[in-house]
Amino acid sequence: MTQGEFLNIVLPFKDKVFRLAKRLLVSTEEAEDATQEVLLKLWNNKEKMKDYKNVEAFSMTMTKNFCFDKLKSKQAQNLKLVHSNYQDSNTALQKQVELNDSVHWVSRIIEGLPEQQKLIIQLRDIEEYELDEIAQMLEMNNTAVRVALSRARKTIREKLTNTHNYGIK
Amino acid sequence: MVLNNIENLLEKYENGETTLKEEQQLKRYFSQETVASHLEVYKPMFAYFLDNQKEQFTKDVPLKTKKVFYYKWISVAAVGVLMVGIYFKSSNNQSDDLGTFDDPELAYHQVTQSLEMISNQFNKGTSTVGYLNEFDKGASTLEYLTELEKSTKIIFKN
Repeated sequence: MTQGEFLNIVLPFKDKVFRLAKRLLVSTEEAEDATQEVLLKLWNNKEKMKDYKNVEAFSMTMTKNFCFDKLKSKQAQNLKLVHSNYQDSNTALQKQVELNDSVHWVSRIIEGLPEQQKLIIQLRDIEEYELDEIAQMLEMNNTAVRVALSRARKTIREKLTNTHNYGIK
Repeated sequence: MVLNNIENLLEKYENGETTLKEEQQLKRYFSQETVASHLEVYKPMFAYFLDNQKEQFTKDVPLKTKKVFYYKWISVAAVGVLMVGIYFKSSNNQSDDLGTFDDPELAYHQVTQSLEMISNQFNKGTSTVGYLNEFDKGASTLEYLTELEKSTKIIFKN
């Protein structure tokens, strides 16, 4: 397999790998390192790649495991908290400031979720994978994914409602 | 009607029962300027999801081929260099041609001369070997030792 062929396979989902890593590791630099690591592992095992049924799902599983390892390792003790920059949405400036603030809240709420729910929210609501695919990636069964997803969504909504009301009062 | 639909979808959404298509419908609805005031809470959530889809991985990945590959070609090159070396060496040996004589008398003269030289050197060598005769003399005197041995044997028998 040449570099070109490899890149053609990898390009469509490399951003997804990065975002998943960032969701778990929080810091952009660490997520970049993790993505690089995962892609290099794939490249070194490129001969076996034909045997994988779904390279994308396999890579996501690999990313998840890699990030968990990272979080467990001592290195993670000095994990940095980095605030993401949000690009402008098409709303008017006045609303945008307000929205940015509450969007920021969303990211903090998701950060506070248990690891697995974080993953599922990331894979479903941001990357838009089917539930079956998520189950395959996370090595869980379908209903467990659905339950965790529902729980995560409810938590986000409840916390958002709280902060929203608080803002009004 | 539309609002009703959205509310239904939201309930399904929270139970994790919406399909991807329905979720896209929700995202589209909440990316509008204005949404119903009691649904305003959801807006930042969907905005966040849509925003996060845009983030990209920009770092380069250094894709190196394995080192084994290079070793193979280095060995091939080494074998090539060796073969070229051997080729030049052997062709040099062949060019050590001293030529031949055309005149038989001249050839005879040359041969006798060189043979004479060899015999001269040879005689020099043999003359130095003459000292070995002295060694023979010494060895012959040692024969008395056998006499001594005989007598010791007789003693030990008794």
